[in-house]
Amino acid sequence: MASVHAPQVEPQAPALSTGSATTPARRRRNVVPYVLLLPGMLWLVVFFVVPMITLASQSLQEGSVDQGYVFTGNVGVYGEALSQYWEQLVRSIGYAASATVLALLFGYPLAYFIAQKAGRWKNILLVLVIAPFFTSFLIRTLARQTILSDGGWVATAAKTTHVTDLLQLLRLTENDRLMASKFAVICGLTYNFLPFMILPLYASLERLDGRLVEAAGDLYASPREAFRHVTWPLSLPGVVAGTLLTFIPAAGDFINSKLLGNTNTVMIGQVIDAQFLRVLNYPLAAALSFVLLVLIVTLVAVYVRRAGTEELV
Amino acid sequence: MAGHESGDLRLAGISKQFEAFTAVHPLDLTVPAGSFFALLGPSGCGKTTTLRMVAGLEEPTGGRILIGDKDITDTRAYQRNVNTVFQSYALFPHMSVVDNVSFGLKRRGDKNADRKAKEALELVQLGEVARKRPSQLSGGMQQRVALARAIVNRPDVLLLDEPLGALDLKLRRQMQIELKRIQSEVGLTFIHVTHDQEEAMTMADTIAVMNSGRVEQLGDPATLYEHPRSTFVANFLGQSNLLRATVDRGEGNGVVEVTSHGHRLEVRRDHVPAGVRDIWLGVRPEKLRLGDSGGPNRLSGQVTDVSFTGVATQYLVRMPWGRELVVVQQNDGSGRARAGETVTISWAAEHGFALDASQDADAGAQLEDDHG
Ligand SMILES: Nc1ncnc2c1ncn2[C@@H]1O[C@H](COP(=O)(O)OP(=O)(O)OP(=O)(O)O)[C@@H](O)[C@H]1O
Ligand SMILES: [Mg+2]
Repeated sequence: MASVHAPQVEPQAPALSTGSATTPARRRRNVVPYVLLLPGMLWLVVFFVVPMITLASQSLQEGSVDQGYVFTGNVGVYGEALSQYWEQLVRSIGYAASATVLALLFGYPLAYFIAQKAGRWKNILLVLVIAPFFTSFLIRTLARQTILSDGGWVATAAKTTHVTDLLQLLRLTENDRLMASKFAVICGLTYNFLPFMILPLYASLERLDGRLVEAAGDLYASPREAFRHVTWPLSLPGVVAGTLLTFIPAAGDFINSKLLGNTNTVMIGQVIDAQFLRVLNYPLAAALSFVLLVLIVTLVAVYVRRAGTEELV
Repeated sequence: MAGHESGDLRLAGISKQFEAFTAVHPLDLTVPAGSFFALLGPSGCGKTTTLRMVAGLEEPTGGRILIGDKDITDTRAYQRNVNTVFQSYALFPHMSVVDNVSFGLKRRGDKNADRKAKEALELVQLGEVARKRPSQLSGGMQQRVALARAIVNRPDVLLLDEPLGALDLKLRRQMQIELKRIQSEVGLTFIHVTHDQEEAMTMADTIAVMNSGRVEQLGDPATLYEHPRSTFVANFLGQSNLLRATVDRGEGNGVVEVTSHGHRLEVRRDHVPAGVRDIWLGVRPEKLRLGDSGGPNRLSGQVTDVSFTGVATQYLVRMPWGRELVVVQQNDGSGRARAGETVTISWAAEHGFALDASQDADAGAQLEDDHG
């Protein structure tokens, strides 16, 4: 049956390379995209590149607020920053990672439900997901303070059902209070960044073709296997985007640990905040900011590379 | 390796209701093991719904589904030894072609999944694209991957939902031959859904013609073509000339005499349903002869159109009462005519068939030349 051979329709070379090879002259002359990029680039230069340079140079200055700071190239400040605050750095990464995992655990089923099952309720549910943004970040965190506070019904219920004992056993709280604990901080972070997890997940699950899941079922995959081999890998782009959007801001957050934590739950953002605004040790604060930045970029790069090697579409 | 002790597929009174709308009316069907069965019908008649019920992707409103003696009605799709080639292929975009094909085998823990997947790809002549992604293949290649992905599991029943729909005519003919070859090679039960009557007739052992959620007629292609039992089948399977007639009496030589627009005509007695008086008398275009060499039945009319199609020429002949009959003559040197000429057409008594006149003469006709 050589006649059924149809290799002539098979694209041997990637379509992209042939495309750009045939029309290089016309492509290069097209400047419109670059013109359109210009405002964005300018914006980035003014509000990102310049501040980064300022921050970097500031971290290498010495002096005091009264006498003024001069650039001395003092690299030692980084050593100081790391040795003094490595604990808060590690804690920030740990808390942010926990909050990200929790947000994924809560967010995935919710996003799946909204995208695949909610039918005509879809839009209302999506509005509800972003509803918290209608109030300010600070007010929401303060509200959580009230909810978890000692006399509140949540704390009372937790105590009567011995959930507090369990939390204490897990070293998430230090006594039978919910407030001012690791538990409260991670809860706060999770809650705050949950919408950032749900929305990208929703976007990728919404696009998921239900017929592929049916096909998996037709090919002997139980619902659990169909999820593992089809739904999950196809939603990975959303998972990656959602975890990044949750993890990155959570790692630098300082409000939650300040309002919901105690002295043993201080996160690096809180330290930077204090160094900049109260201690007025600008070089140290700048150095800490830089360390945090490099740490996050490194972790994200490793993560994205690892996720990229899995079957991303 | 799943055995082949399978047995026939039986649908017993199976039906499907979508809210108030009945997509499939209670349906009884038996598909013998190892046969090539075609479900033929116009768009929206319930073919896909029927297949989905067999696959376990749609829960029937009533009735039972059995393979051999095993009642599979209440099992889930993944528990059934049935595979589908989907109308939309539904290939997994994040997997390579060979991973797509080995998917089913791996779910069942087959140790030789990869080897078998490669063999299946060879069978559909796609061995060399095993490592590519489905999106890098042409539509026809994707369709063959979908086929390989289903066949490789050696299911009791293979369901094909218009698997050749996206192909051009030439590739479609090749794939039809290929499918038929694969079916006889691996000996599976195929249920092939199509709305292309030619495809159904060339491929299937048995055809069920569906219309609005019901099976109109079931039989082998020749029987359906020669002895349609409804105007829908007569028009949907090929073309038919239908003449309004009344039965006069059943006399001699096993023929029935009928009168159509004042002409006395004969039909074989066993081609006339018992007990009806008003009938549609049907004759296939290629059974009509220009001139009077065709048989005792004769009508005359005026040629209004002549179209040459290569092996044959098609004439439209207008009857005095206005209806146009289609006559197809082989280009073998026999009777020719030109537009405007008055001609006699004739046919033999055994070439006519009679249908109950209470039906719409044009039922099923609009799709007759849907696919060239
Ligand atoms: N999930 C559903 N909900 C409501 N109605 C449906 C559903 N699925 C199918 N139908 C209806 O059932 C009828 C039969 O549909 P089905 O898909 O079986 O047609 P088909 O014969 O496969 O047509 P085609 O040749 O176009 O594929 C159609 O009228 C369709 O509108
Ligand atoms: Mg269909």
